[in-house]
Amino acid sequence: MQELFSRIYDLLVDGGILVAVLVVCLVLWLSDLISTKVTKGRLHPSAIAIFFGLILAYIGGAVTGGSKGLSDISLFGGLGVMGGALLRDFTIIASAYGADLNEIKKSGMLGFASLFVGVFSSYLMGAIAAVAFGYTDAVSVTTIASGAVTFLVGPVTGAALGADSTVIALSITAGLIKTIFIMIFTPLIAKKIGLTTPKMAMVYGGLVGSTSGISAGLAATDPKLVPYGTMVATFYSGFGCLLCPSVLYFLTKWVCTLL
Amino acid sequence: MIYGVATLAGCYLLGKILGTALGMATGINSDIGGVGFGILLMILLTNSKKLKFTQKDGFKKSVTFWKTMYIPVVVAMAASQNVFSMMSGGLVAIVAGTAAVFFAFFLVFLLSRHEQKKEAMQKEKED
Repeated sequence: MQELFSRIYDLLVDGGILVAVLVVCLVLWLSDLISTKVTKGRLHPSAIAIFFGLILAYIGGAVTGGSKGLSDISLFGGLGVMGGALLRDFTIIASAYGADLNEIKKSGMLGFASLFVGVFSSYLMGAIAAVAFGYTDAVSVTTIASGAVTFLVGPVTGAALGADSTVIALSITAGLIKTIFIMIFTPLIAKKIGLTTPKMAMVYGGLVGSTSGISAGLAATDPKLVPYGTMVATFYSGFGCLLCPSVLYFLTKWVCTLL
Repeated sequence: MIYGVATLAGCYLLGKILGTALGMATGINSDIGGVGFGILLMILLTNSKKLKFTQKDGFKKSVTFWKTMYIPVVVAMAASQNVFSMMSGGLVAIVAGTAAVFFAFFLVFLLSRHEQKKEAMQKEKED
């Protein structure tokens, strides 16, 4: 009997991605139910599903002590493949089908300008937080501030400047907090901040940044807006990688000598 | 059906190549805006009137399938993030991330109000 169970377990681990599909399906079904029955449709099911996903990731991390959420449990390892960069980017490109080229032309310059303002403002907030918590060396302040831009820009910048690994971990955490807040809050505040048109979605992607946060947040708001916001947000990360270890680092270094 | 998936794959790979090339050219050695280029390519191809195959039924069905798989993929992505260490991580990181995101929300709010006023003024002029 025990052998049968262990055989079945091996089978499920081998077909990990299919187990992941079943788990996600279950989460989406539950979210759909909660959305219609509890929130009377006010909260989009995908927002609830993403929140559940994060809770599952927390449980996974608490059980295994690993860094990949629920996918660290070998039975649910397929979640890492299903939610990995390859399928995420592939489906994002698919979501661009049906997007209108004229809408992009309309907000081209505004979207581009929002990239600069977005990267700079997030960096500034992160730098202020770092200094407020007693960091005064330029490398640490720059790394933490870059983390506030996105969780990718933080470690890229930290590695380039030779920052301490705890500081790099802090920068990843700062970016992760940002991403998770974007996922949860975007659908809740979308109407209040005027996030209803492709143009505003592009500006939003540029000002707020973080590809995964924007794509998930917009998906829960209005799936039609996903390609517009995500397109600008991917350039946001690129811009951050470009500006943080160079221009913004030199600026920070100069400010730190004044402190 | 295969045309749709192949077009997606082509856009994905070409976008990644462009992004990586840009990264190498700027000395960052990582992918800069790869998906962004992919999205742009996909929009350009499907908006082109010359390419008739993108309007065919099979193409639509296959691309729409991947489009609807997007939310399930995002849920899987959320479930494989390091949420636990974030909850127990340093306070400075929490403050930095929170400050950055809410300031960005505030900027979007200001801008959208500005846009709405502009539109209202335009309407008044037209009236």
